[in-house]
Amino acid sequence: MIFETTFTPLQSLAGGAMIGLSAVLLMAVMGRIMGATGVLAGLLRPVALTDWSWRAAVLAGMVSGPLALLLFRGQMPTVQVPVSTPMLIVGGFMVGIGVTFGSGCTSGHGVCGVARLSRRSVVATLTFMLTTAITVYIVRHVVGA
Amino acid sequence: MRLILSYLIGLMFGIGISISGMANPAKVLNFFDVAGTWDPSLAFVMGGALAVTALGYHFILKRPAPLMEANFELPTRRDLDLHLIGGTAVFGIGWGIAGFCPGGALPALGTGQINVFIFTAALIAGIFAAKVLQSVLAKRASARA
Repeated sequence: MIFETTFTPLQSLAGGAMIGLSAVLLMAVMGRIMGATGVLAGLLRPVALTDWSWRAAVLAGMVSGPLALLLFRGQMPTVQVPVSTPMLIVGGFMVGIGVTFGSGCTSGHGVCGVARLSRRSVVATLTFMLTTAITVYIVRHVVGA
Repeated sequence: MRLILSYLIGLMFGIGISISGMANPAKVLNFFDVAGTWDPSLAFVMGGALAVTALGYHFILKRPAPLMEANFELPTRRDLDLHLIGGTAVFGIGWGIAGFCPGGALPALGTGQINVFIFTAALIAGIFAAKVLQSVLAKRASARA
């Protein structure tokens, strides 16, 4: 099942700017990279309570995002899943393996790393953008799932 | 105080993700589907996030220390190794299959949709599997040395 989605340049730009601002503020306050992988992995492997607690607070904030939208705008963000449950599971598992070995994902490498022109992050971002595009092409136009 | 600030920063990230469309796998996958139902919105998310982060980091990182911690914790590695490239390649394949990346999925948990929880559970399983694999590889490497 493939959904058509509307092109939303202004909302996406505004949302992106907020993501960027949160990354800048996390650096200004905690001195840390705003990476979803880093936040989650740190929560799963607690080293010290003070290190765990701020990540838990960030995650709680992230999860509250859609609820804040419901409050202000009267509706939750749209979540349409155009893939089957097995694909969610296989894809999710591969994302978990990949971000652990690759030390980051779209937020950590793609936004924070590229913003500081980290060589590793630039290469990482180009790599996953390419493999994601190839995968989507194969899934949709070769296999036709 | 650091927990309140961390929560608010996470909230800003969560609202940004929600507004931008990154929490919606249909929109994310359509960005990569240039040959099909293409939706270029994600380029605006990345553009907005990168512009704000690059500018903000430029000023913040000139300061001696962050507000609530002793030091900025920035990745310092510059080498490009197989783990980075292989890991990010696998991440991209998983992202292309499932449509969620960690930064999109964590805020999307707030919508309460079962699919997000299925993806996140698989993501966490993948992170644990990768950690086990990494410690096996590290042991083998040290045994060889």
